[in-house]
Amino acid sequence: MSKTPSVKGITSSFGSRVAGLPKPAKIGMWIALAVFAYALPLLEPPFISPPGTDFGGVLFTVTIYMLVALGLNIVVGYAGLLDLGYVGFYAVGAYTAAILTTFHANWPLLLALPFAVLASTVSGILLGAPTLRVRGDYLAIVTLGFGEIIRLVALNTEWLGASKGINDIARPPGVELFEIPHLNWDSGTPLLDFNDTTTFIEFGVLDQIPYYWMGLTVVIIVLFADKLIKDSRVGRAWEATREDEDVAELMGVPTFRFKLLAFATGAFIGGLAGALYASRQSFINPLSFLLLFSIMFLAAVVIGGQGNRWGVLVGAFLVAYLPERFREFTDFRVLVFGAALMLLAIFRPEGLLPPRRTVRAKQAAAEIEALEEGADGEETSRV
Amino acid sequence: MSEDQSTTTSSRRRVLEIDALTLQFGGLTALDDVTFHIEEGEILGLIGPNGAGKTTCFNAITGIYRPTRGDIRFEGTSIAGHKRFQITQLGVARTFQNIRLFRSMTALENVLVGADAKHSTGMASALFRLPKHRREEREGHDRAMELLAFMGLQKRADELAANLSYGDQRRLEIARAMATEPKLICLDEPAAGFNPAEKAQLMELIRRVRDQGYTVLLIEHDMKLVMGVTDRIVVLEFGRKIAEGTPAEIRDNPAVIAAYLGVDEEDAS
Amino acid sequence: MNFDFLFNNFAELTVTGLAFGAIYALIALGYTMVYGVLQLINFAHSEVFMYGTFAALWTTMLLVGDTDVSTLRGIGVLLCSLVAAMAMSATIALLLERFAYRPLLKRNAPRLIALISAIGASFVLAELMGLRDRVAAWFGLDDNLSEYVSGARINRSMPSVLENKQLFPIGDYQVTSVDVLVIVSAIAMMVALDQFVRRSKMGRGIRATAQDPETAALMGVNATRAVQMTFLLGGLMAGAAAFLYMLKIETTKFDVGFLLGVKAFTAAVLGGIGNLRGALVGGLILGVAENWGSALFGSEWRDVVAFVLLVVILLFRPTGILGESLGKARA
Ligand SMILES: Nc1ncnc2c1ncn2[C@@H]1O[C@H](COP(=O)(O)OP(=O)(O)O)[C@@H](O)[C@H]1O
Ligand SMILES: [Mg+2]
Repeated sequence: MSKTPSVKGITSSFGSRVAGLPKPAKIGMWIALAVFAYALPLLEPPFISPPGTDFGGVLFTVTIYMLVALGLNIVVGYAGLLDLGYVGFYAVGAYTAAILTTFHANWPLLLALPFAVLASTVSGILLGAPTLRVRGDYLAIVTLGFGEIIRLVALNTEWLGASKGINDIARPPGVELFEIPHLNWDSGTPLLDFNDTTTFIEFGVLDQIPYYWMGLTVVIIVLFADKLIKDSRVGRAWEATREDEDVAELMGVPTFRFKLLAFATGAFIGGLAGALYASRQSFINPLSFLLLFSIMFLAAVVIGGQGNRWGVLVGAFLVAYLPERFREFTDFRVLVFGAALMLLAIFRPEGLLPPRRTVRAKQAAAEIEALEEGADGEETSRV
Repeated sequence: MSEDQSTTTSSRRRVLEIDALTLQFGGLTALDDVTFHIEEGEILGLIGPNGAGKTTCFNAITGIYRPTRGDIRFEGTSIAGHKRFQITQLGVARTFQNIRLFRSMTALENVLVGADAKHSTGMASALFRLPKHRREEREGHDRAMELLAFMGLQKRADELAANLSYGDQRRLEIARAMATEPKLICLDEPAAGFNPAEKAQLMELIRRVRDQGYTVLLIEHDMKLVMGVTDRIVVLEFGRKIAEGTPAEIRDNPAVIAAYLGVDEEDAS
Repeated sequence: MNFDFLFNNFAELTVTGLAFGAIYALIALGYTMVYGVLQLINFAHSEVFMYGTFAALWTTMLLVGDTDVSTLRGIGVLLCSLVAAMAMSATIALLLERFAYRPLLKRNAPRLIALISAIGASFVLAELMGLRDRVAAWFGLDDNLSEYVSGARINRSMPSVLENKQLFPIGDYQVTSVDVLVIVSAIAMMVALDQFVRRSKMGRGIRATAQDPETAALMGVNATRAVQMTFLLGGLMAGAAAFLYMLKIETTKFDVGFLLGVKAFTAAVLGGIGNLRGALVGGLILGVAENWGSALFGSEWRDVVAFVLLVVILLFRPTGILGESLGKARA
């Protein structure tokens, strides 16, 4: 208990120090961070880079989780709508891409992508329009049902590949410009390794680093979009609706319309993530869209700190990365994951990186509590 | 019209007309055939003992409840059955008897949500920072800061609503309501929980709100205060209107005296 | 759509649907009561049920072994495994309340967080059962218990104790003793619970807490006790459901709770969450509708039928079929 405030103090003072930097320095810092993120799989840092698996592939999975978490954060964190079937939108995006690029047509991926996203957005609107009027708690179970319906329909429909799934989904187009060497740490010091290179930028079967770059780029774009939307009338309307739907409505917010907008935006991002995932995987079947994934996605949002875009990125990273890093404990993965969720809920319910304002509100509450306790103490000592 | 002529000048436009409004909850009749109106630029007091139906009347005006019978007209058009946000966008705003702010948003953001009622920025304008977004953001921000200053809250603009003092929270609610640029602003016991000095200050503030061109419908228990600030008063008891008139007329009205007789003011709030 | 199949097997589909529905209803009670009192979706309730199935399985294995048993002894064995299942489920439910919820309730955590804790607890419980061979090995018990802990991740079947007799025909379906036992005992349990909640002092406390926890506390209701009691009753019902499930299906697995839990929750919502009688109505409707639907469209569409039914009902009756809450239920 006594430790948490100091940790919070460090993070918040770090945050305010960054905020206080002059603008060019801030931009420089962000660019450095982005360069590091792009270079990460080439650096292959020991320990961080998971043994035995392709680091680029793991990082790609991380970016997909990040994308999904950003999308779900809009629905859950901003608008306060509990969605337990988010994997459904992910599946719609993936299946649309698969159908259009190989199963029933031979479109290039870049042409299929907009349709995949369109399909998931439309499914979001079709699901949201009738259900967003029902009480919040029912929404959880209705969305859960939706996710399962999507998966079961895919499982039972020959036209969608049934249980066999769909193969040979198109990859993104590439241009082979030049080779980039990786670092090799075998000798203890990092050396450029010209035998181990990544082709910029070829979306092949073996080297997954270019997919990671693509995923990271999309994450950065979505991050920007998220910030622009959040800092506007739309973001305020979502937040007001989450805080008190009735009052928001009485203050002139068409809450239903904004809830639907949040749902559609979330579905858009979910569908995009699904399509990218399908393209990299080049193969999907209904097992890729189990309800378990909806729960993992939700966990990513909540672990990181719902409502804070950086928090949910951290949550997504943890949920996607840790199981890959510690594959040797693979049998105990779900057990440990479940225990971690419980411990987190009990000891840090606001998430690892909650929105700064939540921290502020909690601090103020704690101060008041301390004051009250102090006053009580005085009274008792007087008696 | 003719029956009102004795009490007021009928030259002013009627902002709101409540026409034979009846509202029932199951067997309970919370409002029974209530008729009154509010004229442009006046402060109308709505008073009555606890449970008389004052808040229910606000809820009917702002679209939370649908009238069982009767009609509510805002600037001549019926708003009974309109959606709540539409009524607000038309120009009716309110505060709440139990403070209901967006607690984890800042004071400024609370007011901005109100200001957004008159805005139309959507996803596209926000995403591409179109001129509309920039203009509305600037206007809303200026207006919000102006209102916060008007309420004496400008220093607290970036504070979370939950962290404001009780009095500041009440004032913030009024600022948020004013931000929607209403023609009619309905205040539900805005001075509840205030000490006499604070109450007097608030009444002064309400008068200034009116002077800015708003029409005010005020629920308040403290008779002295109501008498001092209102132009006209409507008295409810058990869901019925028992009197209507200028403060002087209400003070001498035997029915009102009977209704309030022996009711301690603190009890009544 | 295969209408012929539906019509030719109408009686059988309906009776077995009712039996399944009765099991859903018993599980649904746990969801609906906890929701009514805490407004919490107790996601881990499916695991409460799953542990009950294993208690029934293990008790029967212990008492029967590979031998045939007499009818009288068989009835004794069944009673024992019913008691064991109820005790097991009730214990798990109380543990959940103590370790997954109470710490959160004390801090007034948001409901989403309580749901996350429930999901976490559900994973932990299911995986502990799914890794029971490893867990036993930690304690050096894997040799002694191998019969019980082996095959941790596959279906285990219960030795059959009593012959499933054909009792009487409805249409051209011979109703079996298991069908009758399941439906009758489920309904009896529910009537008993309903009466308990309506008439007993504890039941009044639960209802009062559901309606208005603060006032109830002021009136001297011990809220913690009321919540515990809610979990306990839900656990007992889930244990009974687990026993009946093992009679009817005869096999279980560490993840058997998941789909059943989702279905039972659907049944609770269908009937009107927070409403005990709604759980019964919702469960029976869901069970029968699933059976009819899978006859019409093919059994692979069974779960789709259930979810579509849920969505449709919520659209037209947003508070479920009976739609009354636990707090508002009249005494
Ligand atoms: N939603 C409701 N359901 C049932 N009764 C209500 C409801 N809202 C208000 N009432 C009843 O209507 C009457 C008037 O209440 P209200 O308008 O709040 O009085 P006040 O004049 O003190 O604001 C009270 O008897 C109250 O109990
Ligand atoms: Mg009132």
